Amino acid sequence: MSLPANDRSNLDLETPEKPYLDSNELIINMGPQHPATHGVLRVILKLDGEKVLGTECVIGYLHRGVEKIAENRTYTMFNPYVDRMDYVAAVSNGLGYCEAVEKLMNVEAPPRAKYIRVILTELNRIASHQLWLGTHALDIGAMTPLFYTFRDREEILKIFEKYCGARLTTHAFRIGGCQYETYAGFEKDVKNFLTFVAPKIDEYETLLTTNRIWLERTKNVGVISAADAIALGVTGPVLRASGVQWDLRKAQPYAAYSEFDFEIPIGTNGDTYDRYLVRMVEMRQSLRIIEQAVNGIPEGPIMGKVPKVIKPPVGEIYHSIEAPKGELGYFIVSDGSTQPYRLRVRPPSFVNLQALDIMVRGMLVADVVAVIGTLDIVLGEVDR
Amino acid sequence: MAEEVKTPAPPPPPEGEKKPTAEKPVAAAPAAPAKPAAPAKPAGPVPLPWTSPLVEKYRSQYGSGLDAQTYLGQNYFSVDRSLIPDILRLLRDEEEFDYCVDITAVHYPKRERQFDVVWILYSFPRNERVRVKTQIADGASIASSVSIWATANWLEREVFDMFGIKFDGHPDLKRILLPDGWKGYPLRKDYGILQQDQEWVQINLGIESGQ
Repeated sequence: MSLPANDRSNLDLETPEKPYLDSNELIINMGPQHPATHGVLRVILKLDGEKVLGTECVIGYLHRGVEKIAENRTYTMFNPYVDRMDYVAAVSNGLGYCEAVEKLMNVEAPPRAKYIRVILTELNRIASHQLWLGTHALDIGAMTPLFYTFRDREEILKIFEKYCGARLTTHAFRIGGCQYETYAGFEKDVKNFLTFVAPKIDEYETLLTTNRIWLERTKNVGVISAADAIALGVTGPVLRASGVQWDLRKAQPYAAYSEFDFEIPIGTNGDTYDRYLVRMVEMRQSLRIIEQAVNGIPEGPIMGKVPKVIKPPVGEIYHSIEAPKGELGYFIVSDGSTQPYRLRVRPPSFVNLQALDIMVRGMLVADVVAVIGTLDIVLGEVDR
Repeated sequence: MAEEVKTPAPPPPPEGEKKPTAEKPVAAAPAAPAKPAAPAKPAGPVPLPWTSPLVEKYRSQYGSGLDAQTYLGQNYFSVDRSLIPDILRLLRDEEEFDYCVDITAVHYPKRERQFDVVWILYSFPRNERVRVKTQIADGASIASSVSIWATANWLEREVFDMFGIKFDGHPDLKRILLPDGWKGYPLRKDYGILQQDQEWVQINLGIESGQ
């Protein structure tokens, strides 16, 4: 936009209080079709030049009415649907759902099933973090990590495929335990994966941890304090990077997590770099858990005593697990029939996304992309 | 569920009955235990009164406006609608329930006050969860808790979007998942699973039907 030749009032440099250019706030639309929004997220940005004054998220493009569908399906029929919410961590979704219904029915999965669940869920956590790292680094401008992480994530998907026939939306668990016994060579595959992936995680770190561009783009970007994070209900690695040592696997252990030795990494600054570090350590801790689980996997049945027709008694339950993105909760109200009367999903991505505004205020447009990446949202789960 | 909330009184008798009958068979016939188990089964576990210093405190403060129960080890308050912002604020300020996990609603079309609004709270220092429930009528509104927990903003918008429950004092109460002009509230029980706002679809998408 060129200024009229005789009008130089806007460029009067002697009065610095006066805006250099016409500084009416600029409203810019980002998404829903934008490669850096990880799906169909639309963000309306209010800008002053490159500086972000405020944001508003417009979501719902992927809304399929999962909660309504649940009310019209039996408990068993609804099980595969949960995989389609956070589709990069389908195993976690299934674990949360199955455990919630089990709790409502007052049954428990046998120990062997719990161990299989832990192994697969932790593998899935690594896969989810790998996908996050690859895409997040790509958003910021580092292309190599994407190829590294997708190469290694493939090994996890191969194990899933051999176990249950599906790679992404696995439907790995059933209410009461697991449908499938481990295949011959499962333990060997998992152990091979552990020795394979540990040096690969170091490799990702050599690419990024001390990379100057990475540091410039992530340090002090998208800072959120612990108090703000708690008020906004933020959970998962985002909360831990702000210095709150809270992980449901430790705080309220489910499945077999109380039997394993692992640590909860925390950050100090609550910035994008700390969230990166926290997730890197989490991957290594997941390896520790898998190693203990695969070495101690007990013999026994894989299905608990669950009737053929799932018919929980009248009542309600809230059960949540530590999904890779944060607290994933299911609130189920049963009226004693075969279908849930009401099933509410507490999605971590949805709640965490609400923190975007506070994290990007005062930052630059390019940082919005970095912060969307660091929040690790999956739109399938935000919109449900 | 309405019946469930109002039946904390019946539950203790079955419990009381169960114990003496359970003791009897041990002393007399070993075949008997199947019998006391049988009547308990159709009813399933029942909500029991929840007793704790916290409950006593609030009960003395609010009296009949508040009821506390526990079901499968999970505690919840059923409170009168008028207590709503106050008790939530007290739970956060005095009892350290600093994290609002979720806000949601359940629709009971046959009931006079059709909706249950549910707050799921968690306390980091106590590592404890509690639910707060209240009943409201269709068309009635309820106090917003955005000033208590910032996270309530989107959660309340979703409840509004799906059930049409209005929150007084919410800074920006509008639809969140569905488009702004949509008519109807999908998670109400009278909204069919295949139902949609045909008019909206025709005007905005230029197609006859989204099905």
